[in-house]
Amino acid sequence: MRRSRSGTEMKMEQILRVKEICKAFDGTGVLRGVSLDIHEGEVVVIIGPSGCGKSTLLRCINGLEKIDRGEIWLRDEKISDPGKDMHLVRQKIGMVFQSYDLFPHMKVMDNLLLGPTKALKRSREDAEAEAMEMLRRVGLAEKAQALPRTLSGGQKQRVALVRAMLMHPEMLLLDEITAALDPEMVSEVLNVVIDLAEQGMTMAIVTHEMRFAEAVADRVLFMEEGQIVEEGRPGEFFREPQTDRARQFLQSFTYASARKKGDTMR
Amino acid sequence: MCFTFSEKKSNIDSIFAEKGNFGGREDERMDWAFIAGHVPDYVGGAWVTLRFGLYGVGCSLVLGLICCLLRYFRIPVLRSIAHAYIELARNTPLLVQLFFLYAGLPRMGIRLSAEACAVIGLTFLGGAYMSEAFRSGLESVDKTQREAGECLGLTRGQNIRYVLLPQALATAAPALFANVIFLIKETSMFSVLAMMDLMNVADTLRTSGGRTIEVLFMLIVAYLALLLPVSLAATFTERRLRYAGFGNQHSV
Ligand SMILES: Nc1ncnc2c1ncn2[C@@H]1O[C@H](COP(=O)(O)OP(=O)(O)O)[C@@H](O)[C@H]1O
Ligand SMILES: [Mg+2]
Repeated sequence: MRRSRSGTEMKMEQILRVKEICKAFDGTGVLRGVSLDIHEGEVVVIIGPSGCGKSTLLRCINGLEKIDRGEIWLRDEKISDPGKDMHLVRQKIGMVFQSYDLFPHMKVMDNLLLGPTKALKRSREDAEAEAMEMLRRVGLAEKAQALPRTLSGGQKQRVALVRAMLMHPEMLLLDEITAALDPEMVSEVLNVVIDLAEQGMTMAIVTHEMRFAEAVADRVLFMEEGQIVEEGRPGEFFREPQTDRARQFLQSFTYASARKKGDTMR
Repeated sequence: MCFTFSEKKSNIDSIFAEKGNFGGREDERMDWAFIAGHVPDYVGGAWVTLRFGLYGVGCSLVLGLICCLLRYFRIPVLRSIAHAYIELARNTPLLVQLFFLYAGLPRMGIRLSAEACAVIGLTFLGGAYMSEAFRSGLESVDKTQREAGECLGLTRGQNIRYVLLPQALATAAPALFANVIFLIKETSMFSVLAMMDLMNVADTLRTSGGRTIEVLFMLIVAYLALLLPVSLAATFTERRLRYAGFGNQHSV
């Protein structure tokens, strides 16, 4: 793996601190006291059954949803204050969704340059050179002038990742970014994410790809009904989950190899 | 206040019945000399119609966009005011709105010129219709597009300008063009303000010269000359937008 897991990341500076946040929709508690710290360069994978609040957690972190209680800090800035200029905060927290959400009326390159040139006010030439370099790294250099609708799902999602990275965010939030993809396109996208992790990008990742989770995570959080019920290093968590709920959840992914006594996780 | 139908003649009846000129001239040819002689009057009227129509259309677009955005972004209080305004403007006739501006406001100490009343009245009516057209466009844009723009750290204004509006306009274009045509036709109400727009030019000519058919014929030609180009522009734009093909696509 890319870095030793002997606790070195604990010495790294803390980037994100989520303190006891709560969020309810129409009186139903969706996040019920979630706390979470993420350190520089750390990759945290959040898993859990559908509807347990994973997306809501990520959306609260970058302010797409307002929290009802608790605090969120980005480095030494409290970003959960109601009066906060969220567009400035979001420049530092990239987010990619399941549905790609490229801007359909813009060519790939214009999609990539919108944030850097308008939000960050960088010069177009400068940003374009960097965008081209990143497109090349994800194997899409020849698509710079294509319209999004001409790309495959996997290509769109790689563009979406590059678009988020060009903002030079402090951290990335990835919400099931392969969930809408055909199976053969999943790995081309996840390889980009692993590449980012190796470059030291700080990330919070929600995914249902358990092998990927195990490969990329420094830490795994298991959520259930709006709470983090288990937390561990990937090796331990996937081999011996401590809670019954986590064990049951992981077992739901192993039916295909049940006859081989559930060894798919390794 | 009580009318009975038999007592009050419809306008159309009275147009043709006045001075008996319709019945008496039924077999006569179109008086082309009369028409040629009055072309300058119509050009003048068309200019008034077009100028104040376009002022009204321009202001309507601005007002409509503002109202629509207040509602789209759920700005507290202002969105309710915008909503109330839209219902008021869409559910009262322009004629009544103009009467209020021209005859009602002076009683409250506000005196406006006929031209100001015309533009304000048309904007009041048009803003509401434009707002609804913009709204249909914005609502056709996937909600995740707005979030994607927000996640890039764009300000609300940047998000509207670069992400939301270009896509919304593609969908809203037909309705916006229909409103432009509707509003330019509504300028025919300006004659109640004694402005020499096309309608009033025709009306004046008809009552003085009595050549009803020629007068109406020229009126039709004049309105067509103004509105046909708008219609063609609408068709052209819609075809181009359909060809661009991003208007209604989801999850791109
Ligand atoms: N905008 C919303 N309005 C109402 N309920 C919502 C909204 N967003 C999410 N929820 C509800 O909150 C719960 C958690 O949703 P979500 O965070 O999307 O779960 P997950 O991503 O883990 O599948 C679900 O029950 C969902 O129906
Ligand atoms: Mg989700």
